[in-house]
Amino acid sequence: MIARLLLLAVLLASLRAAASEDPALDKRVSALASELRCLVCQNQTLADSNAPLAVDLRNQIREQLKAGASEREVTDYMVARYGDFVLYRPPFKATTVLLWAGPFLFLVLGGFVMYRRITKRAVPEPRLSQADRERAAKLLE
Amino acid sequence: MRVLWISLIFAALLALLAVGLGLNPREVPSPLIGKPAPPFELPLLGSPDKTFSQKDMLGKVWILNVWASWCPPCLVEHPVITELAKTVSTVGLNYKDAREDALPWLKRNGDPYQLSVYDAAGRIAIDYGVYGVPETYVIDRGGVIRYKHVGPLTPEIARKKVQPLVAELSK
Repeated sequence: MIARLLLLAVLLASLRAAASEDPALDKRVSALASELRCLVCQNQTLADSNAPLAVDLRNQIREQLKAGASEREVTDYMVARYGDFVLYRPPFKATTVLLWAGPFLFLVLGGFVMYRRITKRAVPEPRLSQADRERAAKLLE
Repeated sequence: MRVLWISLIFAALLALLAVGLGLNPREVPSPLIGKPAPPFELPLLGSPDKTFSQKDMLGKVWILNVWASWCPPCLVEHPVITELAKTVSTVGLNYKDAREDALPWLKRNGDPYQLSVYDAAGRIAIDYGVYGVPETYVIDRGGVIRYKHVGPLTPEIARKKVQPLVAELSK
């Protein structure tokens, strides 16, 4: 009986070990997978998608990280095959300048238009001629 | 003057949207165009003891077509591939399939391929940036990928893009 219980305990322990063999690696895999786009369901990350390709690519990430690759190396591996499109944060380069700078460009443009309108609307101080001043002075006496 | 400005901005916005919405988001530009075809050595679909490598095609203009028996669009493009294969060496990359499904599929629908390689795990397909079967690559004599099409090849694309490119590369 005791031997059986012991065996059960050992079995359970080994099962638990298999489930989270390397929690640190799991964490790295899911962190990286949530930065990469699944190409099959394009609005999902590799971490969210259950498409067969996403599963394969997650396994790729795991294998490569396990083999000692850095996050950067795995990302480069994906970009070399699927292009910048796999990145949820596209890099800043010539073809993406408008993407990154566009909003700020519009902000500056909007600010400029607003400034122009406000200054235009300001009523200029009426200019009084010498004769008007004399007339006003007379009326105020 | 003001009306002119507003209508100009409106027209510009409209043009931007017209172009943007007309783009197909599934057409992801491949970074592999102009790069050497990723190397592989895979067993043949028909005879598992033989292997084929992309190197075996050096010196030839050829087409690599990724297909699977479980993929309905592959059946849709099948006649187009069959037509192309009459003039260009066409190699099939059987993707995440089982031999017992793939071989009967070829028997049923006709086998246009010079040969098909068997990529059961889809590993080589990842190197080729495959994300939706079917996909078609045109590879030049030097082993460089010159064109890639994702999704079923239509007769129009075959006639207007693939055939002229193959003719140009074969000169």
